[in-house]
Amino acid sequence: MENLIELRNLTKNYNDQQVLRGINLVIHQNEFLTLLGPSGCGKTTTLRIIGGFEEQSSGEVLFDGVDISAVPPYKREVNTVFQHYALFPHLNVFDNVAFGLNVRKEDKTIVKSKVERMLSLVGLAGFGPRDVSRLSGGQQQRVAIARALVNEPKVLLLDEPLGALDAKLRKEMQMELKKIQKEVGITFIFVTHDQEEALSMSDTVVVMNEGQIQQIGTPIDIYNEPENRFVANFIGESNIVDGIMKKDYLVSFDGVDFECVDKGFPENEPVDVVIRPEDLDIVKPEDGKLQGEVKSVVFKGVHYEITVAAERRCYKVHTTDYSAPGTQVGLTLTPDDIHVMWKMEY
Amino acid sequence: MKHFRRLSTPYLIWCLLFILVPFVLIFLYAFTTTGNPVRTLHFTLSNFAKINDPAYIKVFVKSLGLGALTTAICLVLGYPLAYIISRQEEARQNALIMAVTVPTWINMLLRTYAWMNLLSDNGIINGFLKFLGIDPVTMMYTSFSVIIGMICNFMPFMVISIHTSLEKMDYSLIEAAMDLGATPAQTFTKVILRLSMPGVLNGVVIVFLMAISSFMIPKLLGGGQYMLIGNLIEQQFISVGDWNFGSAVSLILAVIILLLMRLMKKMDVQREDG
Repeated sequence: MENLIELRNLTKNYNDQQVLRGINLVIHQNEFLTLLGPSGCGKTTTLRIIGGFEEQSSGEVLFDGVDISAVPPYKREVNTVFQHYALFPHLNVFDNVAFGLNVRKEDKTIVKSKVERMLSLVGLAGFGPRDVSRLSGGQQQRVAIARALVNEPKVLLLDEPLGALDAKLRKEMQMELKKIQKEVGITFIFVTHDQEEALSMSDTVVVMNEGQIQQIGTPIDIYNEPENRFVANFIGESNIVDGIMKKDYLVSFDGVDFECVDKGFPENEPVDVVIRPEDLDIVKPEDGKLQGEVKSVVFKGVHYEITVAAERRCYKVHTTDYSAPGTQVGLTLTPDDIHVMWKMEY
Repeated sequence: MKHFRRLSTPYLIWCLLFILVPFVLIFLYAFTTTGNPVRTLHFTLSNFAKINDPAYIKVFVKSLGLGALTTAICLVLGYPLAYIISRQEEARQNALIMAVTVPTWINMLLRTYAWMNLLSDNGIINGFLKFLGIDPVTMMYTSFSVIIGMICNFMPFMVISIHTSLEKMDYSLIEAAMDLGATPAQTFTKVILRLSMPGVLNGVVIVFLMAISSFMIPKLLGGGQYMLIGNLIEQQFISVGDWNFGSAVSLILAVIILLLMRLMKKMDVQREDG
């Protein structure tokens, strides 16, 4: 894939607060890229700098290889779907979608056909004359997407666009957005704090925290191979354990040696070990590598979340098999269930 | 809820005594002849016919024209001011809006007298011109001085009215317009101005009404010969003593105001529909 946008060493200060601390990122053509992180991590600021609504304190934004830092938003080939949609209340659905074409003084018949095509793409054919304030949240969302896409931007920026929708509609819109992105074939840069949303929609996930990129990767990489404690904690649930990397393919924690698939650490290096709750298996005490007592069981629908108090710590286990609280159990795991990370440098 | 309703009784009495009764009296005066005892009212339209006199027509035309001019100047000066204020941080906005209203804390008469001092032939401005070697200019007792006085007194109402609707506007709408390719000028005409129209119409109505019905400012800054509708009414009641004619003029002014408000309301509704 060709490079489309390149962020080089981007920083942003508000007064004496540093919200971006050197962002380096390459965004490719046709990519669905998600900026993921907790609130205040700088993801929205990054998006607003790409859109031209804010200026970086230092660093460069390259678009097709050209620095666009000085280009005002109305001359950039990007369009934005705003968090609260920002539909124009004085215009109906058709005129909202046509806004971008009208300010460019496009021919009326072209405007009409483009707007109608776009409205049917987002599933709102025939909604043109309606008042935007009388639409449901999901419909407003679609209008906002159509209004941005009708301008045929090279990049669509989406700032937590699904935040205001209820859970079911959210899921629907996630699928829909992914479908639309494939159909129009342009780059989407999506901002969210919802890890599930990020994992299920994106080609590339960029995990951010405190103004820095923590990890860039495919959803599968991010989930299975988190690079540090923050990513492991933020994406999904994990047991994160202090351990010692004794040698290649052998890690020790809680006083037990485990085979693993990781290598390349110095001997006896202190590391963080990540074990996903669904990778732990509950067995009879004598069959387990670790022993403990079931402390609590919470029914979660598809699975039970069982907390097992082992000798040195509690482990969280996700399993479909019920174990009564108070039972003595053993825990087992296979080498590729263990993921070893470098300790975070603070 | 029911026992709360009783709390409105004093207000209803107030309305009855100070709004409805005077209004009925004005109505009676306007449609009756001078000096008839209450029991034998002689209804007539002659008070209204009296207005069909070039001198009085001129007063009406002049008042409406001056009111329109004052309103237009207030709008042209007030809109940018309101816009600049609305783009500041919130604490600063409050301070600036307070600054706009500061003049209204001082009695209108006092402010108008201050303008007399500034504008008179031997006043401060002419004194300064003389100091620069420029011939003095007559500013007092002209339409110029009256308009200055009215603008100065009514401007805050225009600014606050426009600011209120600009302040309520979601800033992301402006960003959305720019994002969709609208230049700053297009963003202003297609989004900002359109969305602030309720405030603009409101300000226009308030300032225009105050301007066409004011009598103190034209009296002090325009001089004894300067005649606007307000002065005509005052003159009929205070110096001439023709309460019937004065009431008729008042009613005509009220009708003009009523029609204007209807018109503005209609414009507002149409704008929302369109």
